[in-house]
Amino acid sequence: MQCIVLEFWNMQTTLPKKPVAEKTYCYHCGDECLFEPILVHEKNFCCEGCKTVYELLQDNGLCDYYELEKTPGLSLKQPKSSEAYEFLDEEVISKKLIDFTDGKTTKVTFYIPAIHCSSCLWLLENLPRLESSVISSRVNFVKKELTIAFQQDNVSLRKIVELLASIGYAPLITLEDEAKEQKKASSPNRKLYAQLGVAGFCFGNTMLLSFPEYLGFDGDEDYLKQFVGYLNFLLALPVVFYSAQDYFVSAFKSLRKKFVNIDVPISLGIAALFLRSTYEVFLGGEAGYFDSLAGLLFFLLIGKWFQSKSYDHLSFERNYTSYFPLAVLKWVDRATRNIPVSDIKKGDILLIRNKELIPADGILISPSASVDYSFVTGESDPVKRTQNDLLYAGGRQQGASIKVLIEKDVSQSYLTQLWNHSSFVKENEEQYQQLINVIARYFTIAVMALATGAFIFWWQQSPTLAVNAFTAVLIVACPCALALATPFTLGNAMVMMGKAGLYLKNTHIIEKMAIINRLVFDKTGTLTYAKDGEVMLGGRYSDDELQAIFSVTGHSTHPLSRKLHEHLSQRFAQKLSVDNFKEIENKGIEAAVNGKAYRIGSPSFCFEEARVSITEGNMVYLAIDGITRGHFSIRTKTRGGLKQVIQKLAASFKTTLLSGDRSTEQTLMKEVFPEETPMYFNQTPEMKLEYVATCQASAEKVMMLGDGLNDAGALQQADVGMAISEDVASFSPASDAILDAKSFERLPTFLLFARRARQIIFICFGVSFAYNIVGLSFAMTGMLTPLLAAILMPVSSISIVALSTVLVRLVAGRLKLT
Amino acid sequence: MEIIILLISISVVVAIVFLIAFLWAMKSGQYEDTYGPSVRMLFDDNIKKDENKTEK
Repeated sequence: MQCIVLEFWNMQTTLPKKPVAEKTYCYHCGDECLFEPILVHEKNFCCEGCKTVYELLQDNGLCDYYELEKTPGLSLKQPKSSEAYEFLDEEVISKKLIDFTDGKTTKVTFYIPAIHCSSCLWLLENLPRLESSVISSRVNFVKKELTIAFQQDNVSLRKIVELLASIGYAPLITLEDEAKEQKKASSPNRKLYAQLGVAGFCFGNTMLLSFPEYLGFDGDEDYLKQFVGYLNFLLALPVVFYSAQDYFVSAFKSLRKKFVNIDVPISLGIAALFLRSTYEVFLGGEAGYFDSLAGLLFFLLIGKWFQSKSYDHLSFERNYTSYFPLAVLKWVDRATRNIPVSDIKKGDILLIRNKELIPADGILISPSASVDYSFVTGESDPVKRTQNDLLYAGGRQQGASIKVLIEKDVSQSYLTQLWNHSSFVKENEEQYQQLINVIARYFTIAVMALATGAFIFWWQQSPTLAVNAFTAVLIVACPCALALATPFTLGNAMVMMGKAGLYLKNTHIIEKMAIINRLVFDKTGTLTYAKDGEVMLGGRYSDDELQAIFSVTGHSTHPLSRKLHEHLSQRFAQKLSVDNFKEIENKGIEAAVNGKAYRIGSPSFCFEEARVSITEGNMVYLAIDGITRGHFSIRTKTRGGLKQVIQKLAASFKTTLLSGDRSTEQTLMKEVFPEETPMYFNQTPEMKLEYVATCQASAEKVMMLGDGLNDAGALQQADVGMAISEDVASFSPASDAILDAKSFERLPTFLLFARRARQIIFICFGVSFAYNIVGLSFAMTGMLTPLLAAILMPVSSISIVALSTVLVRLVAGRLKLT
Repeated sequence: MEIIILLISISVVVAIVFLIAFLWAMKSGQYEDTYGPSVRMLFDDNIKKDENKTEK
């Protein structure tokens, strides 16, 4: 959100001060109206886009949309161009998107990040009322997906997408194969749910059936005892061979890599429980520990389920293809055709229109181009290129369409080469030792030593007792409580962070965040706002004048004109006709609108004689009909509270600033960062990656904060890569965590919270060790009865779960995260 | 007391029926969207009514 300050700038004319108007909010999107609101049916709208949606819904009797939730709409201040979805008419592309078609009815599923409330759900499911050819539409709210069935003879896919976009629900369309496959595969949680369900079922029944045993049978009811024993055995089979499957597999895998993880002692415990109980039931005439076994698995799986909760609707795995347009215009036989980006080949001639991205390195055929590389470097001033110059992928053309002869494949281009870097190949998870697995190694060794010790000690007295003691140690030492401490603590912490605006890829990231000692910041988009600077309007203008300025600046490609134009495009959609447009280099632009002459540019250009010598920053002056009216100043805007945040962080972490653009804002950054902070400018994406790697080589744990494609390599290389995003759901590079830009000020709190979470895990480990020691003392002396095991196991598990949950919530409350 | 064996068997069978019901519900995707159905049932499907509403 931009902040606009209306300055009253009286230069020649003294203008009456306008009373500070009451803030008005848009009826549709709830944003504050920055300009004079547009009134329709006594309702305020902030822009044309919002008004249009309201009118469309009004015409179709869909105004319940506004009744279900207050201001449910989405801001439409930056409308897409009419050609934005042209590529959907191309069959090669649309075929990839469609789920199913029988020639008449077509089914398609869209991912719509904007879905956020019940109004959205209501409106999207009432889509058939806006477009009669839509047969049905269904929302999956959790996944933010919309499944639509439509009659393809009457309406095209493009029309459907355009309709969705026009009401503010533009689908995010990607042709990424991985994303597609992921979408089609059934949710990985399903198996876990089934395992949990089976374990819960068996646990409940076994507990119930074991009651008579604990209460005591009469002597002549042995047959009943036998029956219950067999039944429990049958119930334990699915638990061990289905629900516990993953533990055995994981333990086996880690042992094969000569490594002990927490699943090893768990598997040992499960195996010991099952074998001993089976032996007791069939040969010993005893009851066995089947209830403890089922209970153990049930609790463990709950822990796993808790840990597996994730932000399904957010994407942490985007690769470069999601930054590129889905289709490009290829020049074939004197005409253009839409082709998918993946089909671009060396030697193709592509037509790049205004504001389109150059997808692969190529040579400019057109006489000149003005390319904005802000995507790659963060530097927003466009670069001029002339015929036969090499254009790198990732640049955005500003101005007229250009033709480009492609030199390299998409995957081999300057920008995408980054993905061939080793840091994208390595498995980060493998290298990182989770806390629990470090402990598991010593734990397993200690348990095996104790069990063997007990076995040897009892061997002289009686071999049976020795085997009993051996298995009892394995059973009681099964680190159920230990294994629950981590998932519950981190799972709770992740939920807390999510509520406060930091979304993590998985719970392990918290452990990594807790041991960070260097923070590396990207500048543009991370510490400063990505899009445009703060535009300050100096002076007073009527609506007509503003619209004229909007129209005039639209004809210029100068960066300052562009910024001004974009800023005003929030208010106006229609351009007025502009006559006698002239752009004078290094001076400004002039044009006539509605008979008035406008001059926008440098002071000497706008004033007949230079009266003032203000040249600070990026100032644009304006004169109408020869009378100077005011100025616009455009400054880079830093994130709110930046200085305090950096100072807090610099107190406990080493910090670095890496920026892709020129060092023009060095002074601004010097004010923010402590003096000794290393700052590097003109950094290419590769240099950023190298810097992170260098820090890691000197045993530093690095967290990288970035926002875009130019940080992608560094984000991947860093121990924790955190992407900052204005719009969490729709756009962020591949990373470990996504930070909502609104929560930027909470960054120090998040890092502190991660450290606290780690401490809480240690506390829980301590408590669960205490339980283990109590249990072991019974086991070693051969006194572990099934009843005792059946009590100790759940009590320890539940108390650990309660302890970690309470502690995390307490800490979160203290740090004011909730 | 032999009858208790029959009773236990029946109770386990009934429990298994519920387990199967759970597994079916899960397979059919009822746990995929846990928010949608809760609000969907509250929506009016009376088109006329909200046309009146907008006119007033």
